[in-house]
Amino acid sequence: MRALLLLVLMFSWPSFAVVEGHKYQFENLEDTQRFTQLAESLRCPKCQNQSLADSDSPVASDMRQKVYELMQEGQSSQEITQYMVDRYGDFVTYEPPFRPETILLWFGPVLIFSFGVLLIISLRKNQKTTAVDPLSEEELARLQALKDKADSL
Amino acid sequence: MNRLLLFLPLGIFIGMGVLFWIGLHQEDKSALPSALIDKPFPTFILNTVESGESTNHLPEEPILVNIWATWCPTCKAEHAFLNQLQREQGIKIVGINYKDDLVKAKQWLSAYGNPYMFNISDPDGQLGLELGVYGAPETFLVDSKGIIRAKHVGDLNTKVWKTLKTKFEAME
Repeated sequence: MRALLLLVLMFSWPSFAVVEGHKYQFENLEDTQRFTQLAESLRCPKCQNQSLADSDSPVASDMRQKVYELMQEGQSSQEITQYMVDRYGDFVTYEPPFRPETILLWFGPVLIFSFGVLLIISLRKNQKTTAVDPLSEEELARLQALKDKADSL
Repeated sequence: MNRLLLFLPLGIFIGMGVLFWIGLHQEDKSALPSALIDKPFPTFILNTVESGESTNHLPEEPILVNIWATWCPTCKAEHAFLNQLQREQGIKIVGINYKDDLVKAKQWLSAYGNPYMFNISDPDGQLGLELGVYGAPETFLVDSKGIIRAKHVGDLNTKVWKTLKTKFEAME
């Protein structure tokens, strides 16, 4: 019972997400985690390879603030992501959408892989297996002598 | 047939070489396409830099909307060209003073000249966020109906204007 109470308290206590030195206060742990997840899944448009959570650029900080505000308004993670995509384009998410112009991006790797498999198969087929003549008596004797020598070392 | 296959690695190498070469010569790799092309200019209620009066609409004619700030070195480099565009070609430009200090902005305009019809002060960058601005200077081409037709990230100069001019003149 006491554990349950503690758990309830934990989840209803105001908590903070600290990102790049900025504090964002939420009413529960769940929202704090959701905020951190959103900040990690949105890409900073200015700094290319950093998420909103990693970047200290002014635009990233503005966008984090907006994410925070939209969360306070009760918007879902999906709605917030869409809000950013509507303004900054597909670049802000790390997941490219599935559209005609992104087909190569989605299927390129599969295409290249299957091309490689086909290439290997066709090369194998064309490989001629040349029969090797069996060793002669003389060669066998020499092989045995070499083996003996190796064993005695 | 098999012999031709031997040239495959060379073919792949040349193909990749061409791709890399194109990549190297791309004008600006950090410029992202705008998500707002052919979309209406976002609504706003902000004060102008010049009079401090509130404004919520753009002039109903083809204009350039230029995002600038006094903390932005490229904006300074661009400013002379904007002056020239306005003076010599009569291009209408509206400025958005982005995340800037009002006093510094006024000083800038009196020191370097004011090519803008008026400037919208966006001290918190809220309009900038609506526009997907991620670095000044940025310039939008907005038609008389208030639809965004093109966007350029980085400074405007003679070379950039060559391509933008056709788009600007195509606007109604």
